[in-house]
Amino acid sequence: MGNITTIAKRELSAYFASPVAYVFIVIFLLLTGFFTFMVGGFFERNVADLTAFFLWHPWLYLFLVPAVGMRVWSEERRQGTIELLMTMPITPWQAIMGKFLASWAFLGLALALTFPVVITVKYLGNPDLGVVAGAYIGSFLLAGAYLAITCLTSALTRNQVIAFIISVVVCLFLILAGWPPVTNILTKALPDNRWIVELVSAFSVMTHFEDFQRGVVDSRHLLFFLSVIGFSLFSTSVALRGLRS
Amino acid sequence: MIKVENLTKTFGPKVAVNDVSFTVQRGEVLGFLGPNGAGKSTTMRMVTGFLPPTAGRVTIGTHDMLEDPVPAKRLIGYLPESAPCYSDMTVHGFLSFAAEIRGLRGDAKKTAVHRAVEMCFLENVLHQSVDTLSKGYRHRTCFAQSIIHDPEILVMDEPTDGLDPNQKHEIRQLIKRMGEKKAIIFSTHILEEVEASCTRAIIIDLGKVVANGTPQELKRKAPNAGAILLRVNGVAAEVVTGKLRAVDGTERVQLVKEENGTVTVRVLPKSSTNGEFRKGVSAAVQGWRVEELHVEEGKLDEYFRSITASDTAKE
Repeated sequence: MGNITTIAKRELSAYFASPVAYVFIVIFLLLTGFFTFMVGGFFERNVADLTAFFLWHPWLYLFLVPAVGMRVWSEERRQGTIELLMTMPITPWQAIMGKFLASWAFLGLALALTFPVVITVKYLGNPDLGVVAGAYIGSFLLAGAYLAITCLTSALTRNQVIAFIISVVVCLFLILAGWPPVTNILTKALPDNRWIVELVSAFSVMTHFEDFQRGVVDSRHLLFFLSVIGFSLFSTSVALRGLRS
Repeated sequence: MIKVENLTKTFGPKVAVNDVSFTVQRGEVLGFLGPNGAGKSTTMRMVTGFLPPTAGRVTIGTHDMLEDPVPAKRLIGYLPESAPCYSDMTVHGFLSFAAEIRGLRGDAKKTAVHRAVEMCFLENVLHQSVDTLSKGYRHRTCFAQSIIHDPEILVMDEPTDGLDPNQKHEIRQLIKRMGEKKAIIFSTHILEEVEASCTRAIIIDLGKVVANGTPQELKRKAPNAGAILLRVNGVAAEVVTGKLRAVDGTERVQLVKEENGTVTVRVLPKSSTNGEFRKGVSAAVQGWRVEELHVEEGKLDEYFRSITASDTAKE
């Protein structure tokens, strides 16, 4: 545990040592604000909830999370510091967890800084704060799932741009598999095989994020996000072992 | 402290390290020599547990590197070839991180960082970001990282690469001093370094160990070791070579230089430790005006070249 903390601390300080952290937070906040109020029609809806806010998160994270996570392992490989890290008296798993948790905590911080939206909606009306909390949990898990996928692609290449693009594509697939326009097409194409459509959309983050948005913290959805994270991080350890042999 | 048995590493069809075995005891400084691409770095990466070997075993202290990597790695300090550092950290931050991950906390951490900074002369750049450092400082920062926990075993891949002559000297002195209490392996292709700080040297070529011994033993194996260099004045070259060739135990006589009536020749003996041969030569030169006469020690680089010539054939 001590080693994980040490790695995570170093990783977090690396974010804040460069302008990356500040640029990311500012852009994230600007974009969430823009999508909530301009595109999402927060005021036009005339309802005191945050649907217009959370609706955009899977799409915003699609680009922003890979931007945060792409450097996690590829930078380590590019600088050669992976040779230091892997000869320290720690297990690869501790390094993977430390790095993942640090980046996740950073994303959590950015998410937490959207609190003025909650204050706004509370000021304007009487929202169900339980629903808001559930949606925040869902959003955080969603970011974690994207991040774990980005960690994996980052471990596969020393080129950050490639890591970024592959992560975006994989995450996009995880959105589209359950996005109504896509599922509608599938339903029409396979009218007799509903189960295929359901199977495909079960892999989508949209399906699982939806309930969180309604404030439902269902263990099945929790399990989905945690297993995406677990699987991706496990694959990261396999990828890291592979590149050393 | 370090035991390497039949270590082999292949990358696809390429055999990088082929059946390498050696041991290093406490108090020994092992110099690892070889041409570029001979497998030095790959061997070191396997010793430090970065690369898993294709075959063979590495034992550090009492721990097997493959089965028990964490306690084994705890005993090692490692300076990789390119001296990588986290460039987004300050020197102090980086060393604190290294100390912390080695399990040092609180005062022990502070003392360790302070000691490493002092040993590597890093006071001036302590709060500077690593990516603003010159190459020499960056190298020393990584070196400081490797000795931060006062390890029993030090593995250094070209520790003096890219340093200026003063820094090279400092690092060599440091290695020599630390070598009294630790087991050290370092690789280099600077041969004088081996003579300056090693108690033993291994020469590796095309992934195989081709020589293993003290620097003195290796020097003695050089082609010219034990040869007598002679400079005489006022005698014709043919007379000199003719007379010396007749000496008992002479293998051959080499004419090195001939100018202004001064002849320089090298007399190579049949075996390097032949007292009769030396006496014979001294007898033969009686009456000549001898300006110089000495027994050549043999040079490490000559020996190195004589056994690693294969390198030029590659790629």
